[in-house]
Amino acid sequence: MPYSTKLLDHADNPRNVGTLDPAAPDVGTGLVGAPACGDVMRLQIRVSEAGVIEEARFKTFGCGSAIASSSLVTEWVKGRTVADALTIKNTDVARELALPPVKVHCSVLAEDAIKAAVADWRRKRAGPQPVGGAAQPADARPDGAAAPARTGAAERSPVR
Amino acid sequence: MKLPIYMDCHATTPVDPRVLEAMLPYFTTEFGNAASKSHVFGWRAEEAVEAARAEVAALVGATAREIVWTSGATESDNLALKGVAHFARQQTGKAGHLVTCKTEHKAVLDALHALEREGHAVTFLEVERDGRLDPARVRAALRPDTVLVSVMHANNETGVVHPLAEIGRITRAAGVLLHCDAVQSAGRIPFDVEAMEVDLASLSAHKLYGPKGVGALYVRRKPRVRLIAEIDGGGHERGHRSGTLNVPGIVGFGKAAALAQAEREAEAPRLLALRERLRAGLLAGLDHVEVNGSLAHRLPGSLNVSFAYVEGEALMMAVKDVAVSSGSACTSASLEPSYVLRAMGVPDDRAHSSIRFGLGRFNTEEEVDHAVRLFVEKVKKLRDMSPLYEMAKAGIDPATVAWGEE
Repeated sequence: MPYSTKLLDHADNPRNVGTLDPAAPDVGTGLVGAPACGDVMRLQIRVSEAGVIEEARFKTFGCGSAIASSSLVTEWVKGRTVADALTIKNTDVARELALPPVKVHCSVLAEDAIKAAVADWRRKRAGPQPVGGAAQPADARPDGAAAPARTGAAERSPVR
Repeated sequence: MKLPIYMDCHATTPVDPRVLEAMLPYFTTEFGNAASKSHVFGWRAEEAVEAARAEVAALVGATAREIVWTSGATESDNLALKGVAHFARQQTGKAGHLVTCKTEHKAVLDALHALEREGHAVTFLEVERDGRLDPARVRAALRPDTVLVSVMHANNETGVVHPLAEIGRITRAAGVLLHCDAVQSAGRIPFDVEAMEVDLASLSAHKLYGPKGVGALYVRRKPRVRLIAEIDGGGHERGHRSGTLNVPGIVGFGKAAALAQAEREAEAPRLLALRERLRAGLLAGLDHVEVNGSLAHRLPGSLNVSFAYVEGEALMMAVKDVAVSSGSACTSASLEPSYVLRAMGVPDDRAHSSIRFGLGRFNTEEEVDHAVRLFVEKVKKLRDMSPLYEMAKAGIDPATVAWGEE
């Protein structure tokens, strides 16, 4: 498959690989995808008091396009406000890396990962909720990360 | 050592220089049409084609008159399955029943799906977890209207070898024809149409160091197997397959078959030793490596392994210097993981992590050692960026996590 130079560069030299403490109050963790589908992306962001993403880390199980997509979004979200990061669209990622049509779902996953990481951070920031609130989300997991988000299923199904 | 290293011999093999040498005159000076009966150009071409026919026949324990030249094994599979089913329907006036297994090559499965659309009934048998077809399943599947069973000898994704002789005994006793796609096995391990009681067998030149674009179908003469041709025309190949013969290709196939027959006994143990060196090296360098399919019943140069928590295509991209293939969905147009591994009960995540190694005549120990080094290094690198490996190390089995999708 002919991949773009940018994609190959990110796949060969991925940026910001690593792990932030998922329990830290200023860290948001997004875990999307599923092993059975062949791709799992974990994006983590550290957000300042002012709402600016100061650090981003990822780990991805997936093909070269999935690794490149996650590497790229770690670079893109860094320095942006949370609100601004949410404006990153999968089409931006697909265009930047020149993803072939069968790999577009990797960019969808990257967008989902940003949304999931921000949602996790917002949940933590909102703090303990009154009864019935979301203090202890039902999908909390022992490692402190949120359960994989159920986003994107409808968008992704056509390419599966 | 020359890079990149080729280790994908299930897909194709390079033409042996001795094969190429035998072929070359048939492109230029000996260019005649083997069907030309009126001059020496045609006679010489025909002579070469018949010599090759005897060589290919000898490789599989057949007689020359039982070999029909085709464009490749896909055509051979189609001719065997459709040809037999159509002939049976012509004789009985009714659509018949055919039996196969779920891990067959697409050329067999899709030809059978086409027959299903025409009204024939097809049973697709399950395989065991080691990838082998239990002969008892074949016996149980037979019906009074069963005309043919099609079982490959060795699987193209795993190299797993089916108990073909046992299946042949069952079909022969039941008076049902047995077709075998022997593309991966012929020339690599003993494949004999008499010993295995096979009635039709598909063969391909380019899997045994011959050229692409030429194959053969073995069609038993005693007792005679009848089939209806798929291609109409000049009535070549005793009416089984019309079309001008690919003389250089056929000459190459003949030479390749003769070499395989002469050298197999020395080559197979060498390939087995290389395969075991590869397997031992990978297992010594990495944890969470699983071999897919039976190891005992496997082609000598074949290895299919899953490197857990690493995706196959990413691994192949990382190991640029070794040409292999993967059962990962990411390498297929359908975005589905390998149906062969799936049929064996291999979970999808493991199928996504699978790599198929196919060692052949021209691989060396040095190349195997280099491949081991590269795979160990790159699997470790990719695991360092795999959230699943991190979970596994933290004691969380990714298989127990409630993943969002599907």
